[in-house]
Order: sequence, then C-alpha cells, then structure tokens
Amino acid sequence: MSLKTWKELPIGCVVSDPGSASEYHTGSWRSQRPTWDNAKCIKCGICYIYCPEGCVQQTEDGFFQADLDYCKGCGICAHECWPRAIKMEEE
Amino acid sequence: MGKRIGMEVAIAVAEAVGLCDIDMAAVYPITPQSHIAEHLSDLVANGEIDAEFVTVESEHSAMSAVIGASGAGARAFTATSSQGLMLMHELLPIASAMRLPICMAIANRAVSGPLNILNDHTDIMPQRDCGWIALFVENGQEAIDLSIQAFKIAEHKDVMLPVCVNIDGFQLTHMVEPFEMPSKEEVDKFLPPFVPHATLHPAKPVTMGAFAMSDYFTEIMKAKDEALKSSKKVILEVWDEWAKLFGRSYKPVETYKADDADVLMLTMGSMGETAQMAIDELRAKGVKAGLVKLRMWRPFPFEEIKAAIKNAKKLIVTDRAITFGGPGGPVFAEIKSAMCTETQRPLIYNYIYGLGGRDVPVGDFVGMFEKVLADTENKAVGTYEFWGVRE
Repeated sequence: MSLKTWKELPIGCVVSDPGSASEYHTGSWRSQRPTWDNAKCIKCGICYIYCPEGCVQQTEDGFFQADLDYCKGCGICAHECWPRAIKMEEE
Repeated sequence: MGKRIGMEVAIAVAEAVGLCDIDMAAVYPITPQSHIAEHLSDLVANGEIDAEFVTVESEHSAMSAVIGASGAGARAFTATSSQGLMLMHELLPIASAMRLPICMAIANRAVSGPLNILNDHTDIMPQRDCGWIALFVENGQEAIDLSIQAFKIAEHKDVMLPVCVNIDGFQLTHMVEPFEMPSKEEVDKFLPPFVPHATLHPAKPVTMGAFAMSDYFTEIMKAKDEALKSSKKVILEVWDEWAKLFGRSYKPVETYKADDADVLMLTMGSMGETAQMAIDELRAKGVKAGLVKLRMWRPFPFEEIKAAIKNAKKLIVTDRAITFGGPGGPVFAEIKSAMCTETQRPLIYNYIYGLGGRDVPVGDFVGMFEKVLADTENKAVGTYEFWGVRE
C-alpha cells in the first residue's frame, strides 16, 4: 500500500471503502512471532479462542498457525497454551 | 429588510440560530449561556422550528451528540461557556479532525478556580489549538450576524470545519440591545442547504474518526492546518456577501482612528466599544490614539494585523486571559510572533485586564495609554502587567 501525501487524503480522513482495514497489515508492528511445536500440540484450540486478533487459524491437519499479516505478536496464545506448544521467537 | 428590535442578546442568538434551519441542537445550560439553551428549546418545543433538541446530561455529551448528528448529515448547533467548554475540550479536536461543520456559541466566562461566573476569555484560550475557526463579536448585532454566518462558513465545501462564535458572557449575553434581526426569507437566501462531505447513511457505509499511526498522523495534521488557514478566503467571501445583502461589513481586523495613530490599542470582544470611547477622549486631548479590534482569532489574520499596526510607534495589546508562567496574554504572544520578522513595527506593551468580570471603565483605557506614553525610556516594552491589580 503506497502512502498518500497530505493533499491526497480524503476530507476528514473518511474511510469510504468498508472492510478496507484488512489492507492494513498490523503484523508489521510485531517484534516476536508465535511458533508451534506440533509434537506438543494437542489441538485443543485454546490459542484460536484466545487470539484477540482472530488471526490464529486451524490447518487441514488440525494444527494451528498464525496469519502473520495480522499477528501483532502479543503472546497471549503462548501464555494460554497449557501444553506449552507455542513459543515466542524474536523477529 | 429585517426588523429592528430590542432583545436580550442571548435570546437573540437563539432566535438567529432558529432562522438557520438547524436539524438538531444539543445544549447543556450553563451560566451565562443558559438563555440560549432555554430559548432554543422553547423554539423547538413550540414547533416554531423543525429540529431535534437533545437534552444531554453534560457538555461532553452535548459535543458528542452534535458530532454524531453532524456526521449523520444534520446541521447541528451547540452552545456553552467556561467549565462546559473545558468539559467539551476532549471532543473539540475530534470534531475538527472529522471536518464536521458544527456551530457553537460560546458565552465567554472565567474558568474556575476559584469559581467565578463572570466574563473573561480564559475559557476559549485553552481551546486555541483544537482546529476550530474562532471568531469574536463586539456587540449584539455582531453576535446575531456571526451566528448566522457561522453555518455558511463552516459548511462551505472548501472549509468543512467547526466554528465557534465568542460572545462575552453577561457583558453581551445579558444585555438588551437594539439590532436588526434578519428575516427568515433573507436568511434562506443567504444560507444554502447543508451538503455534508460524507454521511453515516447505511446505504453507503463509511468510517469516520478512524485510527492513524505515525505513518499518517503528520500528513493528517498538515491537512488540518492547511484547511484552517485556507478557510480565511471563504470567511472573507462570506463577509463580502453579507455586506451586500445586509449592509453590515465585517473584517478580520477592524480599526478605529488607527490610520494616523502614534499609539494603538488592540482589543478582542466587547471591550472594544469601551476602548473606542477612550480613543475619542484621548483624541480630544490631542493624543493621536487609535484602536485595532481583532475579530478573527483562528485562522489568525497575520497580514491584516501587520498592515493595521506596523505604522504606529507604540501598541498596547490587551488580554482577558493569561498564559501562566509564559509570555503574558495569549493575544500578546500572537502579535509579538506576527511582528518579530517585521523591520517596521511598534513597541509592544501588554495589559491583562477584565479578569473574572472585573469592570474596565473608559478611564482605565485612558490610563493604559497614559502609562505607555509616560514610558519614554521604553522600559516596559515587551513586558506584561495585570492592569489594576492590588499590590
């Protein structure tokens, strides 16, 4: 997404394209990323439930992964994962 | 032509707003603004105007309600004073950032503490950097005229900014004055229907007041600054049109016997009329005194101010507020910054006066001139003083 100049901004910065927030990749804020050790994962889905961004997804084999376009690296998934299958790694 | 009537100024402001086809008003009563709230709610309750009057529980809610209504495409009005304006403060930059043409009457009153209900400008000055167009009036006629003009200025497609009209509390709001009230037909001719730049209509969903991080915030602030600066052109156009339609002309900076003056005084608001009497007294004594009245506080009329004061030897800037621990009065600071790059400029003095409703009679203005003229060694240039303070 190319950044607009001040002259190109819509008046009052009105967002006239509904749902366009998805174009903004908040994953760029992240300093740590969650990584799953599938040997420890019991597929309980608690990471999926607790992710405040809704960016943890279940894959076809039943394990989980984060959509790194939107994962801000908050670490809640790793904190809540009681089998300790998720680790936060520095970017 | 409109009718010549006598009326309390606050009531007349509500009447004038009532002529402007407002869709809604949310006004929380506070002295000395309450008569605007009361009379406007009467106009709505009596069916004299077709608008919603939202009875909010605070000024924070009043400003929030007009922001919502304006965002939905309504012509929205509010009014407040002092503590009410302070409570609105959080919302003021949001209204201007969203470019919502809300109009607000402010019955200027001292800010607590201690609690004081009387007039000065300590309520509007902390709102200076909120991105609103801020205009000051000197008498009841101007209060009416600017209350109507405010909608046209705010809603102009090249402006789309909120406007506040500053009316000195009590000294103006509670005076019964004679003036000409425009007719509904005249206002209809002057004021076109409001065409919002965007609305919250569900048929075309938009987001207003969204989030912005460091990658956009600077550009957004720049756009807001440019919008406010360029609003001046539209304000001047609206005043030209008003002069043609109603025969009363308005300028960002008004002058009185200033052209050949050696020593000038600068006022803002209702004190101008008293100061004008002092000028006449001084002129009768042979003192070449003159008056400059600042009507447009934001956007600040740099060029007009420079032109009005540059030829004088001395200038007395009067302020009805103080920036504590700072440069003196806020108007003084502005004038000094406007003139600092000019090679030809007067020696500038500052008196802080009329705080918390303290009366400033004609003799006090004469006294300020005499004190400045007696400063032959220019010792007090660039300093500020609380006029009449008990030592």
